[in-house]
Amino acid sequence: MRDVAVVGFAQSASVRRETSGNEVEMLMPILQEVVRESGLAKQDIQFTMSGSCDYLAGQPFAFVSALDAVGAWPPIVESHVEMDGAWALYEAWVKIQTGEADSALIYAFGKSSMGDLPEVLTIQLDPYYTAPLWPDAISLAALQARAYLEASGKTERDLAEVAARNRRTAAGNPKAQIRKSADPAALLDSPYIVSPLRKHDCPPISDGCSAVLLAAGDLVKKARRKPAWIRGIDHRIEAHSLGVRDLARSVSTKLAGERAGVGKGRVDLAELHAPFTHQELILREALGLGDSVNVNPSGGALAANPMMVAGLTRIGEAATRLSAGEGKRGIAHATSGPCLQQNLVCVLEVE
Amino acid sequence: MSDTLGSPPITSIGTPIRLDYTYTAGAATQKFLAGMAEGRILGQRCPSCSKVYVPPRGACPKCGVATTDEVEVAGTGTITTFCIVRIPSDVLSVPPPFACAHVLLDGADLPFFGLIYDCPFDQVRMGMRVEAVWVPKAELAATFESIRYFRPIDEPDAAYETYKEHL
Repeated sequence: MRDVAVVGFAQSASVRRETSGNEVEMLMPILQEVVRESGLAKQDIQFTMSGSCDYLAGQPFAFVSALDAVGAWPPIVESHVEMDGAWALYEAWVKIQTGEADSALIYAFGKSSMGDLPEVLTIQLDPYYTAPLWPDAISLAALQARAYLEASGKTERDLAEVAARNRRTAAGNPKAQIRKSADPAALLDSPYIVSPLRKHDCPPISDGCSAVLLAAGDLVKKARRKPAWIRGIDHRIEAHSLGVRDLARSVSTKLAGERAGVGKGRVDLAELHAPFTHQELILREALGLGDSVNVNPSGGALAANPMMVAGLTRIGEAATRLSAGEGKRGIAHATSGPCLQQNLVCVLEVE
Repeated sequence: MSDTLGSPPITSIGTPIRLDYTYTAGAATQKFLAGMAEGRILGQRCPSCSKVYVPPRGACPKCGVATTDEVEVAGTGTITTFCIVRIPSDVLSVPPPFACAHVLLDGADLPFFGLIYDCPFDQVRMGMRVEAVWVPKAELAATFESIRYFRPIDEPDAAYETYKEHL
């Protein structure tokens, strides 16, 4: 295995509705920032990789027009996944493992505000038997939350505490969208959206983008920041049909965590991509994270959830915090699909 | 088939999907569309390579930098390449044959896609000089369709050297 490090990260502020710029205008300053701050030159980037979803923009091949923000001239080596940017990072990591590149720029963008997000997300379901019933994303998350509460003995109060903790922590993250919270007890006074979920249990709808720079070999020496080394990375997917899964547990996260080597050392901090409160608790259990772990120092996806971006941002956040001295070893997690269907776990370390 | 299935095969099911979007043009395209409503063609210049993009999307796709410098370009230009369409279109209300062309507007560095009319289609050629034909002033709006089509103007053809790097 080649040692690969995160040597750069930049993100836009997450906002409810970005009306002044299109995707290219949103991305451009972030792509320039991540390269400028890294210490590497644009010419050092040997592979470019993105993650996004054309259904968010309602525009076929939106990801190709986003290339305008990169400056693809002379022609570059590029690839794209119709997934969260965390999976784009995985592909870039594999590319570097093959020896075909020593560096990669990975970016992700999502303007969820352009459509009706809960409805757009329905399109990822089975098109014949599930999608025609239009179960929206919040209703599906609520099915999972109910299954989890019944199976675990946890309460709605526990969920409210997750919400309050994440959003209060986000006060220290100027890029987050929701940066304060009422007390957990007060949160429980609000009405249900889809029982057992209340508004605070759900993520905000966000527009935003982020970018990560990976490097290996001699290029790492050019990095301005302390490199955060990827010590393990793995992703696993569960069945498409919700009915055949155990929604109260995340077997795919557990397996990905084991394969990535989460348990091989102490974990100082973890950035978990948990858009819904109960999902953080499911993920903590799947990864075996105890109370000593600093979970979501950024405020996580409950504070800012640009679709296709929030997973990549977890890797960028965890790496940046380790580089800045907030810990020696950290975990980043990304999810995709309804009810934590697919999960990626990345173990990062600084020396 | 029906013997092995025990019933007639199901040949189709209907699962209609409709999603509505609110498009965000972005800062650069917003200005271009506002120009269309005034009968003007507005582009933007790259601060790095000086190329002028029409319509602008806010970035130079070659340099990857923001194009902030606004430039008005002419409604006249040169056909850099073209094709003659002989198959009917479900969405265009134009009977075939008709000509589609890339028109390099004077002052721009990115050819613009347009239909060519008021000209026998077999006379359309590379280098031909054309001009934009706008909808009547009262019908100008913030849409690409404010330009109805392009038609030839009485000028000698442009030399190949003047547009060869824009093919």
